[in-house]
Amino acid sequence: MSFNHSIAKSTAIACAIGGSLLLSGCGSSDHESSARTYEISVSNRTANQPLSPIAVVLHQTGYAAWTDGEAASTPLEVLAEGGDNASLLSTASASEFYLASDSGSGPIGPGNYDSVQLEIDTADTINVSVVSMLVNTNDAYTGVNAASIAALATGKSMRFSTPVWDAGTEDDSEAAGTIPGPADGGEGYNAARSDTNNRVRFHSGVISNQDGLSNSILNGSHRFDNPAATITVTRIN
Amino acid sequence: MKLKKTAIVSLLGLAAITTNVQAEQFTVKIENLTNGIYFTPFLVAAHDSNTALFTSGTSANTSLEAMAEGGDISGLVADIAAAVPTTSENPAGGLLAPGASTTTENLNTDNTDNNYLSLVAMMLPTNDGFVGLNSWEIPTEAGTYTFTVNAYDAGTEANDELSASIPAPIDFGTGTGGTGVATSDSNTMIHIHRGSLGDSDSVGGESDLDNRIHRWLNPIARVTVVIQ
Repeated sequence: MSFNHSIAKSTAIACAIGGSLLLSGCGSSDHESSARTYEISVSNRTANQPLSPIAVVLHQTGYAAWTDGEAASTPLEVLAEGGDNASLLSTASASEFYLASDSGSGPIGPGNYDSVQLEIDTADTINVSVVSMLVNTNDAYTGVNAASIAALATGKSMRFSTPVWDAGTEDDSEAAGTIPGPADGGEGYNAARSDTNNRVRFHSGVISNQDGLSNSILNGSHRFDNPAATITVTRIN
Repeated sequence: MKLKKTAIVSLLGLAAITTNVQAEQFTVKIENLTNGIYFTPFLVAAHDSNTALFTSGTSANTSLEAMAEGGDISGLVADIAAAVPTTSENPAGGLLAPGASTTTENLNTDNTDNNYLSLVAMMLPTNDGFVGLNSWEIPTEAGTYTFTVNAYDAGTEANDELSASIPAPIDFGTGTGGTGVATSDSNTMIHIHRGSLGDSDSVGGESDLDNRIHRWLNPIARVTVVIQ
C-alpha cells in the first residue's frame, strides 16, 4: 500500500511539472485510473472540549464503528472513555470491508483542526467513518458513521456538521477523577459498563457545576451544543 | 412544487402534460436517540402542500396542544382528514422508548398529491415538548433518505417541569416537591425547545425532572425514509 502510494504521488508530481507535454501520458495506467485520494479534515467547534486524535476509516458498506441504540463495542468504549483510537483502528483494519485508515497527528484543541489523507483503489461502495472523543467528558464522542462518499467527484467536498454521541459505557457523573481531559486529568478507559443505559445515543450535554450538578469537576465552559465539529471530506483525485 | 414541474415540462416542450401525480411507496423509520425521553404515539402523515400539522412561529391550535401536552393525536388526525392524507397512526403501538425505533407499514401515495411528509409525537416527561417534522418534500427517486429531527415547544404550557403537570403512564424517574422552573412561556408560538433544566434533588429543588436523565440536545431522533 505504501509502495503504491509513493508511486502515485511521484507520478502526480511529474505530471504537474511536465505540463501539457506529458499530459497524455499521465493517469493512463490501470492503477492511476482507479486510485482515489481523499482528505478528511476535522475542525473542533466546541468552546472547551479538546478532541482526541481522530480515527478515520474508509470502508465498504458492512463495517460500522457503532450502531445507534445498541451497546458500544469495546474498541469504541476505549476511544470514547480515554481518547485512545488504536484499538478501533486495528479492529477496523481487520474487517473484510476495510479500505484504508489513519490516525490524526494529535489532539485537536477548540478552534483548531487536523486532517489526514487516504488513498484507495476504487470500490463498489466507499464510506467514511470518523470518531473522536470530547476529552472533557466521561464518554462523549463526535464523528461520522459510515457516510457514503462514493459519488464524490474529483475536486469536490462533502461537509458534515457532527453531533455528539454518548457511548453509554460510563456513567456521566462528571465527577473528579473520571474524566481524562485537562479539566480533570482523571481516568480514561475502564472496562466496567457503569452507565444505566448501555447503548449509544445522542448526548444530552454535560451539566457542569455551574448549572446544577454540584459535584461536577466541569464548569460552564465545558458545556457543548450540537454540532461539535465540522468534518470535511475532499476527493483530491 | 407545481411551479417547478410546470417549468420542467415547459423546457421539455411537453406543455400538454398537466398531471402532478406521483407514484410513491415508502416506509418511515423513527429512532429515538435521546438519553431518557419517551415519545408518545406518532402521527406520520404524507399530505399535500396546503396541509401542515404544525408551523414554527405560529400559535398552536387546540389539536396540536392536545398532542403536545397529552400525547393525543386524534384531533390532528381529524383536522387533516378532509385533505385525504396518507397516514400511519401509532406505528410503535404505544410509547417509543429511548434507544428504540419503529417503522411504519408501507405508505402508498399513488394517485394522490401527498408529496410532503410530517410527523409529530409528544416527548415525555415534558410539559409540551414534541418531536416534529414539518412538510419534508418526499423525493421522487427511489432510495434511502436519512435525516435527524428536533424537539419543539408547543408554547401552550409553562415549562414548570413538575410531575403534577406532566402525564406519566409509566415511571419516568421523575421526582416530587419541586417549586416550578417557570410560570409562563415567554414565547407562546411554536418554537425550538430550549431543553429541560432538571435538577439533582428528587424531593425538592425547582424541577421534578432529573438533570442527569431528562435533558437533551437537538437533534433527538433520526428518520429514515425508504422509497421503493
